[in-house]
Amino acid sequence: MDAIVNKRIKQVLNGNQDAYTEIVDLYQARLYQVCYRMLGNKHEAEDITQEAFLRAFINLHSFDQKRKFSTWIFRIATNLCIDRIRKKKPDYHLDAQVPGTDGLDMYSQIAASEELPVEQLEKMEMQERIQYEISRLPDKYRSVIVLKYMEELPLQEISEILDLPLGTVKTRIHRGREALRKQMSQLPVTEVGGKR
Amino acid sequence: MMGACHENYIEFMHAYLDGDIQPEQEQELKNHLKSCEACQAHMHELSDVVAFMKSAQPVTAPPDLTANIMASLPKRNVTAGPQSWFRRYPIVTAAAVFLVFMSAMFFGNFSDDQQFAFTKADNIIVEGDTVIVPEGEVIQGDFMVRNGDIRVDGAIEGNLTVINGQILNEKEIGNNEPLASTAVVTGEIEEIDRVFDWLWFKIKSGYQGLEDWITGDEKSE
Repeated sequence: MDAIVNKRIKQVLNGNQDAYTEIVDLYQARLYQVCYRMLGNKHEAEDITQEAFLRAFINLHSFDQKRKFSTWIFRIATNLCIDRIRKKKPDYHLDAQVPGTDGLDMYSQIAASEELPVEQLEKMEMQERIQYEISRLPDKYRSVIVLKYMEELPLQEISEILDLPLGTVKTRIHRGREALRKQMSQLPVTEVGGKR
Repeated sequence: MMGACHENYIEFMHAYLDGDIQPEQEQELKNHLKSCEACQAHMHELSDVVAFMKSAQPVTAPPDLTANIMASLPKRNVTAGPQSWFRRYPIVTAAAVFLVFMSAMFFGNFSDDQQFAFTKADNIIVEGDTVIVPEGEVIQGDFMVRNGDIRVDGAIEGNLTVINGQILNEKEIGNNEPLASTAVVTGEIEEIDRVFDWLWFKIKSGYQGLEDWITGDEKSE
């Protein structure tokens, strides 16, 4: 696949913009998935996915074709997501929204420190709850957890995407798992699992 | 909470979950879990977290995402190639641009002036495409013929240049006081009938020649 991607990259660099369509098609679903899990909001996920592909396109000449394109585009996207998370201000109103209607989107608006009452957690669907717990993670744990468990990427690749030493990635995954464990002790998963 | 001795086991738990635990550590962890309820619970909770995360269903991207991405790109279909090429080779580009302009000037002159022309002089005869310097006549200064021939029976007190034509009696022309012939060209004789000669000539004669033509120092017919 890398050979095809590199061929398309060369075509794009030679001025054939249409060749980029194939590259976008190959990675857009995975990139959107990562952005959505990081940001918890469909609109923002689409926004950042689009921005990541645009930046990759503009800087394509600086991409080292000996490396994996997926690693490069994932790095652009995760950096954009982290920037977006840090700029976000936790001043949204939750009270107007009802869990279960447009649920997946509202939990992104919650700052990591905010906690929903148990009664509300109990009403949540399994998939909503997953996104809610991810959104409560500090961003440095969130990115490694998303890349490991949503994208199921090997640790080595995660370390390349985030430009962190392998040891740091492992530590963050350990702490991320511990953070999730503590978060979820409020209402253990097993009880949610029964509501699937 | 748990004591310090359990911290090691928690490290082992994470190593186990990441699949990079040493066999002897794994054995040690298993033995410990059998006897320690707190660690057993911790291990269960972590395993639940992993199972919970892995149960996440893939999120589907909007169907028009690719199209939207492609539409967001700057339009540079036509110019992308040359632009990046220019940026990569600025000196080559500058040289190429220079050459294009210069050659346009030279070739433009070469191909635009297809008509018969020669340096203005009173004492010459013109027969069709041939200029004749009659016997006994003397032309003061350089003489040039373009797109025509010349026959020198008299004398030219200067250089003779023939472009795209020939000197009909070249062999008879001397450049000194002749004994056998009255034909004389005191300066250099040059015949130019190829593009590269023309280029070389234009470079040699420089802008003076150009100015002479522009200001109408010669007559076209």
